[in-house]
Amino acid sequence: MAEFIQIILSGLAAGSIYALAAVGFTLLWQASQTINFAQGEFVMLPAFFVLVGMTVLGLGLWPSVALALVLSLLVLGVMFKKLVVEPMLPHGTLPLVIATIALGLLLKESVKEFYGATAQPFPPIFPQEVYQVAGASIAAQDIGNLAVSMLAIGGLQLFLTRTRTGRCMQATAQNPAVAEILGVNVKRMVMYTFLINAALATVASVLISPIYLAKFSNGETLGLVAFIAAIVGGFNQIRGALVGGLLIGVIDNISAVYISAQYRSAMPLLLLIAIILFRPQGLLGTSEGRSV
Amino acid sequence: MTRLQMLFCALGLAGLIAAPLGQGNYIVYTMTSWLVFSISAMGLNLTLGYAGQVSLAQAGFMGVGAYVTALMTLAGVPWIAAAFVSISTSFVLGLLLGYPALRVQHHFLAFVTLAFNTLLFLVLRNEEEITGGSFGLVGMPRPNVLGLATDSNLSFYYFALVCFVVAAGVMWWILRSPWGRAFKALRENPIRAESLGLKIRRQTLLAFAIGSAFGGFAGALQTPQVQFIEPHSFALIHSLKLLLMVVVGGSGFFFGPMLGAAVVILLPEVLRFTEGYYLIIYATLVILLMVYSPGGLIGAGHKIRDRLMPRTEARRDMEKGFQL
Repeated sequence: MAEFIQIILSGLAAGSIYALAAVGFTLLWQASQTINFAQGEFVMLPAFFVLVGMTVLGLGLWPSVALALVLSLLVLGVMFKKLVVEPMLPHGTLPLVIATIALGLLLKESVKEFYGATAQPFPPIFPQEVYQVAGASIAAQDIGNLAVSMLAIGGLQLFLTRTRTGRCMQATAQNPAVAEILGVNVKRMVMYTFLINAALATVASVLISPIYLAKFSNGETLGLVAFIAAIVGGFNQIRGALVGGLLIGVIDNISAVYISAQYRSAMPLLLLIAIILFRPQGLLGTSEGRSV
Repeated sequence: MTRLQMLFCALGLAGLIAAPLGQGNYIVYTMTSWLVFSISAMGLNLTLGYAGQVSLAQAGFMGVGAYVTALMTLAGVPWIAAAFVSISTSFVLGLLLGYPALRVQHHFLAFVTLAFNTLLFLVLRNEEEITGGSFGLVGMPRPNVLGLATDSNLSFYYFALVCFVVAAGVMWWILRSPWGRAFKALRENPIRAESLGLKIRRQTLLAFAIGSAFGGFAGALQTPQVQFIEPHSFALIHSLKLLLMVVVGGSGFFFGPMLGAAVVILLPEVLRFTEGYYLIIYATLVILLMVYSPGGLIGAGHKIRDRLMPRTEARRDMEKGFQL
């Protein structure tokens, strides 16, 4: 039982980080119909901004994180929107899908060439202590990761539902044409979405890199997991992405321990196929109807 | 086909027959790879360019074809029978994957195929007793055609060329048949196509399954070509590579995938002097191409031609992607 609690908890901690990536993914989809195939690389990159800040510029951990946040907002938010997404929107979704695939490749290879191909150790954000609670060993890091991700997603949810800007963003996501008629600055709202996605990616990156080490190829698995989480939970709901992320984290851990380590990464994929078969709108999603 | 087009095709074919003569082994081998990948990209073009669905498992289908052919030819079955089984297996798998995914819109097929490719990789790697795991399978024989061995690289090139011409001919026929016209109608204007009585889902599913079968055929050719297969050759990254081939060449154009395959296979050779920066340059080029010409290189060519030699304006509503 103690072991089970331990597995669930560390699954939730990992899952909450996946949820951050998945929420950003969902937001981008809602605001601009962008399926971002580079989402995994978006989570991989900020960790290297932090490392550059610490090793090249000699800054401390927190100033480096701040630097990484600014750089991410600039590169993954503003530049991604202005240089890649915006010129391609009139061409439809397909060229954009291809372009984000190429962008992912570009980010990955650039990190590999300009920083290094080996996994880099990343300084932990939380103390590396492990507490014994009722026979289960609980890592402070897991609790910290879970708390920070939940705070970030909770804060985002409050922002979207309680503030005027947040509601304007929701209106933009639901129906850009009507939102524009009602006086919402649609372009600015879409830009906010891209900035939020970049910020979420930075948080996820800083949380996950101490566990998995910072490596140029981290994005491959992370992107896949973010996808699956977003679809399993429901593509058009933030809380769906949250539930999806947590579920994937827990399932991943449980299957690694109880089923087969070899087929560990197959479980989320099987879940994905099952969801698409039986509940294509996702666990919490609402059906959007056919677009044709 | 107009007479001019026929002439060009004949010239192109003559060029392909003459090209490998007197070349070194490496060049002949690279050209064979180009033929194999062209077949696979042609299939993906049917899914992507004509039916408008993103498949991220074309390399996976090549893997299915390659492993089926490898296991069967190692067991002594003649290549042609193995290739036939490979094609059918890929076709059926395509139907099974596409059926649930195409019930819903929004590129769900992309996600299902993504999952399939990743799962397939895991199975190929983990089921060592059948697939040889990460050590792969070696020693697949090259086929004999009418008593002629294709063991030398040059003779295998001609063998692959024949397969390529057959595949291209089948694709040409599919696109010209009522089916193929239905695919085009679907791409140009799905709503009108449906109102004319076309079953959109069935057509899209069929396009995807046929496209996958082409992938299986390419895999069946790759096995005797490389004579060594292992799971990493069919990982997701290669599916992305195939997708880029189609798009870079020009999706929805008949010759697009062949041009794209040539670019993707030859570019590393051309850009060899850039060493590690090759993929960075390549990715940047793809993004630029998508921004300026989503129709790929052929689309860009058409744009330039139209600018230099303006013709009467075609009807706007006949253009690709236009919707009422």
